[in-house]
Amino acid sequence: MDEDRPPTPDVAAKPEPGLTPDPAPSYRAGDVIHTAPEYALADADVLGAERGDVIAGTSLWRDAWRRLLKNRLAVFGMVVVALITLASLFGPLVIKKLTGLTPDYIPSDVALLRSIPPLTAPDGSFSWTHPMGTDNQGRDLLARVLQGGQISLMVGIIATLVSLLIGVSYGATAGYLGGRIDNLMMRAVDVLYSLPYIIIVIVLLAVFRSQTGRGQIVLLFIALGSVSWLTMARIVRGQVLSLKNQEFVLAARATGVSTPRIIFRHIVPNTLGPVIVYSTLTIPTVMLTEAFLSFLGFGVQPPLASWGTLATDGIQNIGIYPWQLIFPGVTMALTLFSLNFLGDGLRDALDPQTSRQ
Amino acid sequence: MSVLPNMLRFIIRRLLITIPTILVVITITWGLIRLAPGNFYSTEKAIPPAIEKNIREKYGLDKPWYEQYGRTVWNIFRHLDFGTSLKYEGQSVNAIIARSLPVSATVGLLAYLLALIVGILVGSLAALKPNSKSDYASMALAMLGISIPNFVLGPVLVLVFSLTLYWLPPSRWNGFPSRSVILPILTLSGLYMAYIARLTRAGMLEVLRSDYIRTARAKGLSERQVVMRHALRAGLMPVVSYTGPALAFLVTGTVVVERIFVLPGLGNYFIQASLNRDEPLIIGIVSFIAITLLLMNLLVDIAYAYLDPRIRY
Repeated sequence: MDEDRPPTPDVAAKPEPGLTPDPAPSYRAGDVIHTAPEYALADADVLGAERGDVIAGTSLWRDAWRRLLKNRLAVFGMVVVALITLASLFGPLVIKKLTGLTPDYIPSDVALLRSIPPLTAPDGSFSWTHPMGTDNQGRDLLARVLQGGQISLMVGIIATLVSLLIGVSYGATAGYLGGRIDNLMMRAVDVLYSLPYIIIVIVLLAVFRSQTGRGQIVLLFIALGSVSWLTMARIVRGQVLSLKNQEFVLAARATGVSTPRIIFRHIVPNTLGPVIVYSTLTIPTVMLTEAFLSFLGFGVQPPLASWGTLATDGIQNIGIYPWQLIFPGVTMALTLFSLNFLGDGLRDALDPQTSRQ
Repeated sequence: MSVLPNMLRFIIRRLLITIPTILVVITITWGLIRLAPGNFYSTEKAIPPAIEKNIREKYGLDKPWYEQYGRTVWNIFRHLDFGTSLKYEGQSVNAIIARSLPVSATVGLLAYLLALIVGILVGSLAALKPNSKSDYASMALAMLGISIPNFVLGPVLVLVFSLTLYWLPPSRWNGFPSRSVILPILTLSGLYMAYIARLTRAGMLEVLRSDYIRTARAKGLSERQVVMRHALRAGLMPVVSYTGPALAFLVTGTVVVERIFVLPGLGNYFIQASLNRDEPLIIGIVSFIAITLLLMNLLVDIAYAYLDPRIRY
């Protein structure tokens, strides 16, 4: 459809002087302006004539931000997630500075090669050295939990990005092209949806088990990302279907913008709200799946450790050294809890229609 | 056109889609196992070539790959025969599934039943008094239930009820009506309870605001009748549609619970088979789970159409 239309951006790019009512000085072509609905501003050069009146619109994002800040649970979630992320990133360094302990430091004294309870010195008196105690080899549990957080959060974020990339491209393409291609693409998603995906992932991880920790993590990214993109594709497709017949897409098409450019510069940015919400909720799901796979022994391999593997190690000693399970388990649960509240809050903020009263 | 033929056509079409889907499942699983480096008989010690040749002959591995693949698929579709396990020698895959399925099904179904009862109760009570203290408390609790991994919840329950209070056995399976099923069921149902409570609350909140509920109240029905007769049926629709995905998660959940409590169920066999590269057993269990899920999803869709007369297929 688009091919036979002559591209005319050069003509449109230079607005006639009379058409621009108020040349807004604060706005440059590269700026990202969010409005609801966001008109085809990605190609601001093409539609430059409209620039003037756009700024007056209320920003969807500022509105959503205000609503989010009113939601106490979401703010709680946001703060906790930020704190845990910062602690995971810098905590191990701080601990090393303060006590000289690293996550994989095994004491050379044989008497210390045992699990010490939290806030206890080796002789049984009170001490701040190991706030979470130590594991079987006498390694500091706090340092290990914080380092495990790095791995768990990284797996959650990267696998979510993988699913984002696949899901958004797939869903947007299917929704925009429509017709038979859409039908075929979504039928494929339906079939994949009905598969016992996680079971196949277990088979994949089991038979391809990598000897190196790094290889297994890459395998994990592929496995987790390939599981979670289906819902994203459906959400994006639904959004695109409702967007593609709106005037701003027609305007972009009329000015000769190519199809991929329309999809990724004009339509995809407008689906951002639901995509952000769903991504935020995907991160805890992926982290939970990673922990589940680690529990079965298919996830993160030593010497690397995630919250999942730490908790799994703790299960072996649950009767004698319960803190080995409690601390990684509670840290993970708290993080997932906060991420879920944050995601819920974002949904309420970005989509007030479906939010509860 | 009347309703029944439509429904029938829908069911038949769905049943027909099931066959290629199962074929996809079998092909992916088979392909993954064959593409992976190594073999089910490979160990750390090198095997003499003569023995390896015998093994390959015995299991038909010397034939071209398409013949092996074709034979696997043919046996499954023509005879419903998944072959003989490679590690549990002499035991057919069908027998292993038949033996372990009752354990998994008992735990899974009872856990889901418990989750339905508690979840719907808590969710509706929360929806009847939105934004009250009990509403917030139950929803925070539900969010906690979603956030605690079941492999953490299980051992913690063991720690409390078995190792501290000595009330319940910490593991092993003693058949269905015994105390050994309580902890596995509690562990498994936690997540679903939480989800169902949240879904019920959301669904009920929306329904309670609708016009026909106002009509029901206006014509003088008691609050109890309004909720039980009118609101619940529509308010529970999200829960019904959640049953499909829930069943899929139930499978993974039972895997964890069976590992924790050492139950001789399908999940435990599946993990063991994956580690052993026991190809017939892996393919057998994976396809069995796939078939079960597809049929269950079909049942859910039929139930959905039955409960909500506005839905037509």
